[in-house]
Formats: sequence, structure tokens, C-alpha cells
Amino acid sequence: MPDTVLTLEGVQTFIDQHHILQGVSLEVPAGQALVLLGRNGAGKSTTLRTVMGLTPASRGSIVFDGADITQARPYEIARAGIGFVPEDQAVLYTLTVEENFRLAMLSEDEASFARQEAVFELFPDLKKFWKSKAGVLSGGQKQMLAIARTMVNDHKLLLIDEPSKGLAPILVDQLAESLNQIKSHTTIVLVEQNFHMASQVGQDYYILDDGLVVHQGVMSDLAQDHELKQKYLGIA
Amino acid sequence: MSNVAQSAALELNGSQNLKKWGGWILGVGIWFLPLLWTDLTTYLVLTVAGITMGMLLFLTASGFTIILGLMDVINLAHGAFFAWGAYTGFTALTLLNKYGWVETGSLGQSVGSILICLVLALAIGWVLGVILEWLLIRRTYGSHLKQILITMGAALVMAEIITIFWGPNDEVVQTPAAFTGSIDVFDVIVEKFRLLAILVGGAVFIAMNWVLHKTKLGIIVRGGVENGEVVQTLGHNIRRIFTYVFAAGAALAAMGGTMWSIYTQEIRPDMGEENLIFALIVVVIGGMGSVTGCFLASLMVGLAFNYVAFSAPTLALGVNIMIMAVILLLRPSGLMGRD
Repeated sequence: MPDTVLTLEGVQTFIDQHHILQGVSLEVPAGQALVLLGRNGAGKSTTLRTVMGLTPASRGSIVFDGADITQARPYEIARAGIGFVPEDQAVLYTLTVEENFRLAMLSEDEASFARQEAVFELFPDLKKFWKSKAGVLSGGQKQMLAIARTMVNDHKLLLIDEPSKGLAPILVDQLAESLNQIKSHTTIVLVEQNFHMASQVGQDYYILDDGLVVHQGVMSDLAQDHELKQKYLGIA
Repeated sequence: MSNVAQSAALELNGSQNLKKWGGWILGVGIWFLPLLWTDLTTYLVLTVAGITMGMLLFLTASGFTIILGLMDVINLAHGAFFAWGAYTGFTALTLLNKYGWVETGSLGQSVGSILICLVLALAIGWVLGVILEWLLIRRTYGSHLKQILITMGAALVMAEIITIFWGPNDEVVQTPAAFTGSIDVFDVIVEKFRLLAILVGGAVFIAMNWVLHKTKLGIIVRGGVENGEVVQTLGHNIRRIFTYVFAAGAALAAMGGTMWSIYTQEIRPDMGEENLIFALIVVVIGGMGSVTGCFLASLMVGLAFNYVAFSAPTLALGVNIMIMAVILLLRPSGLMGRD
């Protein structure tokens, strides 16, 4: 019986007057990669941003690791143990790779530096560009940096928003390989449009549509279910 | 065929080079233009005066630009901190003068009184900054209109409080004895206090760069200027850090006010407004959120003001507004700003 790391219960989120999440409920079991699927505008990214406190929920509850974080501020949520990798390779362009890491490192202790060394084994390119501005990195390297910098902390949960966006297919496979290594020690919630990548990494899935969870199940079943894929994801 | 392509490529290359180097030559060369109508000695005196003014402007404008860059807050009360700093320094100097430290004191007493003025100004600026941020600014995040209205009001109130305590009239500020007079370097007369102002401004610039580039706080601030949301999700309480940055900016403006008042030897309750206009010009030229851009822009404004004020005093402010307009046309995000 796996523990639940994160529970969303009837979460509703408004952005201005738009009712984006209309009651999302989901459970993230520990020790796996859970995938959120759905069309553009279904509310996948907003779900992650709401968990992170960037677009706070107006109703419902979010419980992480036994504590209610519904009203917590983003920095408190990060310190509670959730790492966030935003959409569009959101690294800080004007800072060096080293400074991006330093910014992400919550406590500069031995354990953090040991994790940093371990990250280099997963993403060796970052060591090469250590003193360069993050703005000069390629799209794939930026994405790796955005993921890698969260891993210097001992996070219980990683929220990753569309890491494959804008990457070449060969990089997507590399990234999937890296995420598979990460999920062996950290639970992942992955928002992904690229079904190939999602099925390589994900175990359980939820499908969102119009701000609601419309389906959930196991990734390997979904791959066979062409009707469901056609209906909610627009792919055959 | 290939010859044509080659020469076309060369020409293109040449025109790009011309553009690049032309910009540099024009940008540096324009500062020698005043030599056409002034002799070298006068030119050098004006240059020293311009650098002095630039350094003092930098003290106010650098705080303004970081506050704007980090939290997108337009603080029109920034000039009021400058005025409060000036009056703090004035009061301290008047008191110290009663004990004979200022007009007649030794070198040690002169240096001591300047240090006391600066420390008091920094403290007053810091306290006022924390109060203003806590009382007003944090209620206006995200709304420029609210910020402009409320900080303009705060500036008026702060100037009025000065008239209550110190009266509405101009006052004369004493310069500590060791810094009055000037030294003669090959016929170029350099006032001693100007050298001190250049020293203080340069030290603040170096210290600020050190903090921004070598400390974790600096990395958070620079990251926050670029993308506050990402920095928050990495576990940093950017609002609390902003309060410190705001207070530090206010303290620097107050310090600038003290230096300025000793430099010009006069103070008025509304002196903050005039300084704010210069600070705004500097911030626009330098690019929002960039300390180096702010430093260069401060020097440009200080130099241009002094060169023009010497031959055509009425044009001095206008020329700076013209520089701002030209920079906006060529580089809308400022010298070092981001697009």
C-alpha cells in the first residue's frame, strides 16, 4: 500500500474572472511518476501552479505530506519540499549556471553539494557550462538546468510542466531516460503533451478536460485505448 | 558571380562594423565635443564637476532602478528620502559646529563629522524606507497607478513634515573645514569635496556590485529582477527581501541627499523633487534594474548637465531630456536594460 504524497480535493481556481479549475481531485502515490494529460487549456499547468501557490485555490484543499498547503505562499511550499520546473525552460538567463544552482540550493550544506555532484552525472553538460550565462545554453540544456537545479534539494515531490516542449526528438528520449532515473528516488507529477514521452515515464495518469478530472488509470492501458485517446487527447 | 557575392558580403560586414564602431566612436567622442568651445582647463574642471554630480545622482537612482526592477514598483517618494537625508546631515553638521568640529575642526574632526552625517542619513533613510514600504507600498503591488498616486502623496507629506520641523526657508549647509577649498592639479582647480564625493560614489558602486554578484542575497535580487515568480518557487520570500532592498534604496538616497547638500551648500524642503526628475532620467537612460547601466547613465547626465550649464545654463536640463529621448529612440530598453 503506497503512501500518498499529494492530495487535491475539489480544487477550484480562478484567474481573473475565468474559472480555470472547476473542482480537481487527485491523489499522487509516492514513488512513481504520475502524468497529467489533456488538451491545451484543460487546466494541467494551472493545476501545477495552484499546488505551487502561484495561482492560489479559492476552494478545495491541497494536502502535501500530511500538511495543508492550500493557502501557503510559493516560497513556503518550495521549502516544504516541492520542486517546481515551470513551462518554457524558465531558467534565469542573466545568471550563470552556477548561480542558478546556488539560487535553488535551499541550505548550503554537505548533503546539498553531494546531490549537486550526483546531478552532474545525470546532466554532464551543465558542468561544462558552469560559469556561462544560462541564456547561452541550448533549449535542451536549459530544460536540463531547470530540472537539475531543483534536484540539489531533498525534495519529496517534483512538479514538471511540459519538459519536452520545443525539444528535438532525440533530446526527448534522453530527458525521458533522466526522468526515469529521478523517479527512482523522487515522486514526479508530469504535465506532458508528448504522448510518447508520457508513456515512457508515467505510471498512473489523470486526464483533465475543462478544469475537471475526466478519467484516470494506468498508462499502459491508455496506450491501447484509442477511443479514449481520440476523445480527450485528439490523437489516434 | 562569387566575386559579386563576396564583395556584397564584405560590404555588409563593413556596414555592420561601421555601425558597431560608429556607435562607440560617437558615444565616446561626443564627450569631447565641448572642447570646441571651451579651453582644456575649463573642460577638465567641468568634467570633474560632472563626474561628481553623476556619482551623487547614482546614489539616488541606483535604489530607484532596483526597486523598479525587482518588484515593478514606481516610487515617486524616492526623492523625499533624498531631502530627509539632506536635512539629517544639515542638523548633524549644525550641532557638530557648536562643538567646533565643522568650520574650524581638525582633519580628524572633519572626516568624523562627514562620517556621522552619512551614518545618520543611512539610518534615517532605512527607517523611513521600512515604514513607507510596510505602510503603503505593499498594498499597491501590481498597480502602477496606485503606486504613482500614493507615493506622490507620500512625497508631498514628507516634504511638508520637513517644513514643520525645519521651516520652509532655504538653509545654508556648512562644509567641514578639511574639505573646503581646492587643490591645483596642473592649473585644473579641483574642489576637495568633489574628490570626496567621487570617492564615496565609486565606493558605493563597487560595494553594490560586490553584493549583487558575490552574495546569495545579490543572486536572489538579480534573479528576482529577471523573473520573480521563478525565484519564489525556488524557496525565496521575495516580498521580505524586497522590503530590505527598498529600505537599502531609501538609505542610499538619503546618503546621496547629505552629500549633495554639502556639495551645493544649500537645502530646501522641496529639493527631493528636482532630484527625482534627474533620477528618473538616469533610470530611463540606464535601463530598468541595471546597476551598471544606472552608473553609466548617471555619469552621462552629470557630464552633459555641467558642459551645457557652463555655456548655456537654461538648456542644462533640456539637454538631458534630449539625451533620454535619443536613447529611447535607439534603445527603448535603455543602455543596459532588458528587452
